[in-house]
Amino acid sequence: MRKSIALHLGLIALLIVLQFVLPAYHHGNMARIMVMATYAMGYNIMFGYTGLLSLGHAMFFAAGLYGMGLSVQFLGMGVGPAFGMGLFASLTLSLVVGLLALRTLGVAFMIVTLMFSQTIFLVILYFNPYTRGDEGFVIQQSVRHIFGLDLSDPTIRYFAALVLFSTVLIGTLKLVQSNIGRVFIAIRENEPRAKMLGYDTWRHKLLSVVLSGTVSGAAGASYGILFGYVGASFAQVPYSIFPLLWVLLGGAGTVIGPFIGTLFMFYLIDLSSTVTDAYMLVVGVVLVLLTMFARNGLIGIVRERWAKWLP
Amino acid sequence: MEFGPHLLLATLEGLVQASVLTLTALGLSLVFGVMRVVNVAHGEFYMLGAVLAWFVTSMIGGSAAIGFMAALIIAPLLVGLLAALADWLVLRRIDYDPERTIVATIGLLYIIQQVTLMTYGPDAHPVAPPFNTRLALPWFEFTDGGLSMYWPWGLSTTSYKLFVIAAAIVTLLALWMLMAKSKLGLILRATQLDGETAQAFGIPVEKVYALVFGMGAALAALGAVLVVPIQQAHYLMGDDPLLLSFIVVIIGGLGSLRGTVVAAILIGMSDGIISVFFTPTLAKILATLLVAMVLVYRPNGLFGAKPA
Amino acid sequence: MAAVTLLSTRAVSKTYGGLKAVQNVDFILPKGEIRALIGPNGAGKTTFVSMLCGRIPVTSGVIEFEGTDVTALPDHKRISLGIAYTFQITSIFANLTVYENVALAVQRHHVGSDKNLKIQTKIALARVGLHPFSDQTAGDLAYGHQRLLEIAMGLGQTPKLLILDEPTQGLSDGEIDAFKTLIRDVAQTTTVLLIEHNIDVVMSLADQITVLNFGEIIAEGTPAQIHANAAVQTAYLGGDDA
Repeated sequence: MRKSIALHLGLIALLIVLQFVLPAYHHGNMARIMVMATYAMGYNIMFGYTGLLSLGHAMFFAAGLYGMGLSVQFLGMGVGPAFGMGLFASLTLSLVVGLLALRTLGVAFMIVTLMFSQTIFLVILYFNPYTRGDEGFVIQQSVRHIFGLDLSDPTIRYFAALVLFSTVLIGTLKLVQSNIGRVFIAIRENEPRAKMLGYDTWRHKLLSVVLSGTVSGAAGASYGILFGYVGASFAQVPYSIFPLLWVLLGGAGTVIGPFIGTLFMFYLIDLSSTVTDAYMLVVGVVLVLLTMFARNGLIGIVRERWAKWLP
Repeated sequence: MEFGPHLLLATLEGLVQASVLTLTALGLSLVFGVMRVVNVAHGEFYMLGAVLAWFVTSMIGGSAAIGFMAALIIAPLLVGLLAALADWLVLRRIDYDPERTIVATIGLLYIIQQVTLMTYGPDAHPVAPPFNTRLALPWFEFTDGGLSMYWPWGLSTTSYKLFVIAAAIVTLLALWMLMAKSKLGLILRATQLDGETAQAFGIPVEKVYALVFGMGAALAALGAVLVVPIQQAHYLMGDDPLLLSFIVVIIGGLGSLRGTVVAAILIGMSDGIISVFFTPTLAKILATLLVAMVLVYRPNGLFGAKPA
Repeated sequence: MAAVTLLSTRAVSKTYGGLKAVQNVDFILPKGEIRALIGPNGAGKTTFVSMLCGRIPVTSGVIEFEGTDVTALPDHKRISLGIAYTFQITSIFANLTVYENVALAVQRHHVGSDKNLKIQTKIALARVGLHPFSDQTAGDLAYGHQRLLEIAMGLGQTPKLLILDEPTQGLSDGEIDAFKTLIRDVAQTTTVLLIEHNIDVVMSLADQITVLNFGEIIAEGTPAQIHANAAVQTAYLGGDDA
């Protein structure tokens, strides 16, 4: 327990140090990676810990993104309250999706989440006059202020991303070591048995979906605020596949895995995009190789071989 | 145009769509039925069929009919072989685990799509139809002199579109004969019922799986070759057929071939008809939501067997 | 002795299609008893106890636990009332440690500090003798130990009624002796309902025996009475190694 707290606090400390030493390009990347890793951590609560494989998480990311963006655009809110609206939107959506999709299991669950997410994407396109569809819209720099801080400033943006990331990282750590987190894991491992121990597994799964969706929404809202853009591409299928990929690569059901996976994948795509425009090829190859050769991901392998204590 | 002729036109367009969709969805359904896995890369095999049809026709040159006939045979064959290979190299090694198969075929989806982008390029290319006579269609109206026939302006179809419908029906019959009458069909049905028992009775299940996966992809490719003279070949063209095939297979009942055909005709037709009257986006929203709800409340499909 | 009834069923039946797996079973289990449920294979024993703990819904009939009708309650709620069920086919959390398995059982029924959770878990493990294996991955345990882990999970729930479905299947003779001692100890505080094939275990443990055949109760009584019962002899004991 001590070791794991030290490890995660250490990661946060390292990220603080990196703020001061990273060159501008990688500094900007790291802020983006932290926000996307938060998305991946949200995904991990459901997939990695509860064993529910969703193919539609882009809808939760988009709910946060548009909940925030539309509140700024049409209700004239500041980014603080708008962030709250983003959270509320993703929370509501994940509750509704959870109530419906959890009536199904396994493959059907995957397809249902995919379909719901596709519906949300199409709805965004349909309301083109408000959402600006594929083109998207910009959150003006003048709005992106909170407590007198300019969130478009690289340093402040980095720290804002770090605050979000650290909160969710420590939150996930606390969650998976709590009673509720242990029940999530029990459901992943053997749901009928968990039921026979007296756990209301359906309710726990719903909680997992809502937590996962809301954290994903928080990442979406933050992305819009910190990088100033809201667009329908974030609601498309690839943005449902990315968190799955990041989590699989880093290690499903590990607290630190989503960050490692996001970091690796980001730079893998970054490097390959200097060679070809078809960077999604890398995504495809990594997905196939992971399912074939490394089911547990990078951190999963570390945990198996060297550090059983990793949460 | 008046409502009546308009509806006839929409119905014909719908029938063409339904034909292609039936073939594509049957491929997906066959794979799910026998192997119990969902192939997310199915739309990309469809796309490959169309792109290969373009390659074949532009390489052979000469008369459009010869090139097209060659494509009709070569493209599905190549796509089938490629799919069987992918099955042998990837899916077999992950033991056809349902969830991992989905993740792996998502990977295949991007690999196929992006390699096509790198080789074939981002542009759409047309394939000439082998024949394309415009056929004007008559309509009837009541006049003072009773029922009379006239030829409304714009109400027409082409000989090629009728060929697509015919080709789909022929393929469907051939597939039905294969499943119902041949030894291979028997083996497929035995494997579908219970893979382990089939294995115990000496059926080489792994080879059957590779064959089925190849056949499924070939059916999608065939549908695409048929559609490519109407709609150009493009590296992203696999998305919609994948979604529609999913819809069909789910509504028709997962793995039920008969249900798949009924649902494909229903949805192909209604998609054609709806898109004439509604905006396509709204039609898609309703269709997608409908499918999700069917899966939630009727997991065996609208036409599928009732749960035991 | 006017015993308090812990669990009772009235006319409980289960049909699958046309097949009657359990028919019209009236069953009363007084508090504090060790009751064995025996019968030939396919007599409906597992189906019957599965209805008691809610894994399978009844086709008709009423189940009462501590005087309240629980027939309509979902499985997890019945478990919360104090019924524990250990699976016939070992069902544990194979990828978690032995300790975590039992902790999950304890955690549900136990309010208190983390420290208390640890103590309760360790006690349950020690009672079945698995405490040396706490940190092992449960799936790596020997089969007999996995059976014991199932029982430890049942104990960890501190149930009022412990239902054991063929607990001694696959255990060695030494392990069976330890099991008998354990159950006698458990029965001080808990009512035990035991499906068991090992007649020796049944005869030496049970206060009362209920015999099920073709989904119906054909006899009920003390081990001595059952041993002397002709119907039981023909239905069950005669054909077995008793």
